[in-house]
Amino acid sequence: MKALREAALSALVALGLFAPIVGLRTVPGERGLMLAPQPGLVAVLVGLVFVGRLGVHAYDRLRPPPGRAIVGPRLAAATARLGAWLAPALIALALIWPALVGRYYVDLAILVLTYVMLGWGLNIVVGLAGLLDLGYVAFYAVGAYAYALIAEFTGLGFWTCLPMAGLLAALWGVTLGFPVLRLRGDYLAIVTLAFGEIIRVVLLNWVSLTGGPNGISGIPRPTLFGLRFGSDGPGSFAGFFHLTSSPMQRIVFLYYVILGLAFFTNLVSLRLRRLPLGRAWEALREDEIACRSLGINITRTKLTAFAVGALFGGFAGAFFATRQGFVSPESFTFMESATVLAIVVLGGLGSQLGVALAAIVMIGGAELFREFADYRMLVFGLALVVMMVLRPRGLVSTRTPSVALGAPRVIGAEMVAQGRG
Amino acid sequence: MTEHVAPLLAVEGLTMRFGGLTAVDDVGFAARAGEITAVIGPNGAGKTTVFNCITGFYRPTGGRLWLTRADGTRIALERLGGERVASRARVARTFQNIRLFAGMTVLENLLVAQHNRLMAASGFGLLALLGTGSYRAAERAAIERARLWLDRIGLIERADDPAGALPYGAQRRLEIARAMCTEPVLLCLDEPAAGLNPRETEALAALLHDIRAAGCSLLLIEHDMGLVMRISDHIIVLDHGRKISDGTPAAVRTDPAVISAYLGEDDEDEVESGA
Repeated sequence: MKALREAALSALVALGLFAPIVGLRTVPGERGLMLAPQPGLVAVLVGLVFVGRLGVHAYDRLRPPPGRAIVGPRLAAATARLGAWLAPALIALALIWPALVGRYYVDLAILVLTYVMLGWGLNIVVGLAGLLDLGYVAFYAVGAYAYALIAEFTGLGFWTCLPMAGLLAALWGVTLGFPVLRLRGDYLAIVTLAFGEIIRVVLLNWVSLTGGPNGISGIPRPTLFGLRFGSDGPGSFAGFFHLTSSPMQRIVFLYYVILGLAFFTNLVSLRLRRLPLGRAWEALREDEIACRSLGINITRTKLTAFAVGALFGGFAGAFFATRQGFVSPESFTFMESATVLAIVVLGGLGSQLGVALAAIVMIGGAELFREFADYRMLVFGLALVVMMVLRPRGLVSTRTPSVALGAPRVIGAEMVAQGRG
Repeated sequence: MTEHVAPLLAVEGLTMRFGGLTAVDDVGFAARAGEITAVIGPNGAGKTTVFNCITGFYRPTGGRLWLTRADGTRIALERLGGERVASRARVARTFQNIRLFAGMTVLENLLVAQHNRLMAASGFGLLALLGTGSYRAAERAAIERARLWLDRIGLIERADDPAGALPYGAQRRLEIARAMCTEPVLLCLDEPAAGLNPRETEALAALLHDIRAAGCSLLLIEHDMGLVMRISDHIIVLDHGRKISDGTPAAVRTDPAVISAYLGEDDEDEVESGA
């Protein structure tokens, strides 16, 4: 009875929402725009909400009551087992990927890997240190523009400019970090959001340096020990190995560059997690005041988290610039920050495997369903809602201890704090 | 007084105001090295505020806080402030509401406490990132120290469990062990016996005696008078932000000012002390 009443109430709310939004459609008539009512569609939507609410109720009834503090150790163990073979399988697949598929899928994989790398970079800030950063795209943009400008003005190659771009981004990470150190939670999120926008607006308006909305084009492509791609003759990759030049060579090379960069990000994050610095980040997420009482310098610890996260964002940005050969402020909108943050949250805060999976699902999925046009955003939103209900702490929500006396056991998400900035 | 030794911690004229409210008013006392000093008083007497001033969480409105090292040098705690009270002056603390890193294992909690030492050994992250041997030795030593403390507080079996999953009493003991892993000269405990059963309180008293025997002085806030009278060498009584008594447990117990503060004497007296 209660279920029916709630379902009816939900249906009523849906009716109120959908009747004006969906129910009235403007059609061009002979005297300008005409309103055409669509009662059928509204009825279907309201009916769906009604049935859906009943379904949720049934699910609540069927679900076992919440148990002890550590819910589902079996599930956690299963996830860990799955992760134990899933991660190597993914790595193996990533290594041989270009041999298996055609150009489109290699291109797609490059895009996915860029987001995997961004996700891993942001994971340090949000997942480990618990600082909610909504402006991560700023470091991506700094990296991309830094590479583009340094390469343009100095004529240095990709591999020399890459660390410079990363370091510049890290410097901006520290620059952002300083003023926001005292802020927590929502306030931190808003300031980082603003920072992301400031960077974009500056790039848009500093026409003399960045070209404004026209962006920077003709960014040099990466080389393999000085061998160029995409041309014949001496000094080119094709010429050196006596191959015929093909565009595919450069794409496969770019694929392995980003794969290498992503692996590097992952290795550094995993290693840092086991070092005092990484443990201090996690401790900061758990309890900042306790950290202070143990003599941990919170300022320094937060700044390093921002800097390391920004460093990898900068690397990814430099790669983005060299891959596109063109950068413009349009590529660095808030939507990018939101996507990367969604990847991190969906993957499970602090989990490397989860972030990789989430990036594959979100970026790969969105690209594959491109033909469904607007509906993919609908499906995407629905998927996020379903995730929130079923796995509120992300795909991989368990935490693996950084050190153990015996066999390490995973820690359920219920224990782990999410950080309040 | 020819052999005058400076006390480990000397509090002089400590005053802390929050807007118009004077939480601590001109309090002075000393905590001697190798002793257990207790700060007691009714609720709202300003005990935790005094603690927060000593441990650098508040910057006092007035007064000096001198910490004298074994070599005789003096450190002004109120000037250090923040986390440097713990890292430089080696004053550790626990909290009234336990503040463990709940999502990290018991062992990790004890390693985070050794952060500064490990950080220096790891070349501030850079050398250890490249995998040098000196860091590994330092980490082994840190784990050894953690293991030692886990043995002492009887939690060695639960080293790999998340700290948040421990029972309440164990969490209290772990918080003390974590503070001790910073190798403090002065350990400040804010109501360590709160919520413990008599057996756990007994174990706590033994642990505190061990800590004192190992050369670390203690300063504690406690409401469990049985425990305070038994283990303290020296007691300071606060009421309404002022010190009303100071002495050995026997002297404090019979002090009329203390008895009236705890039990309330007559209306006149209350008006006086409330003014």
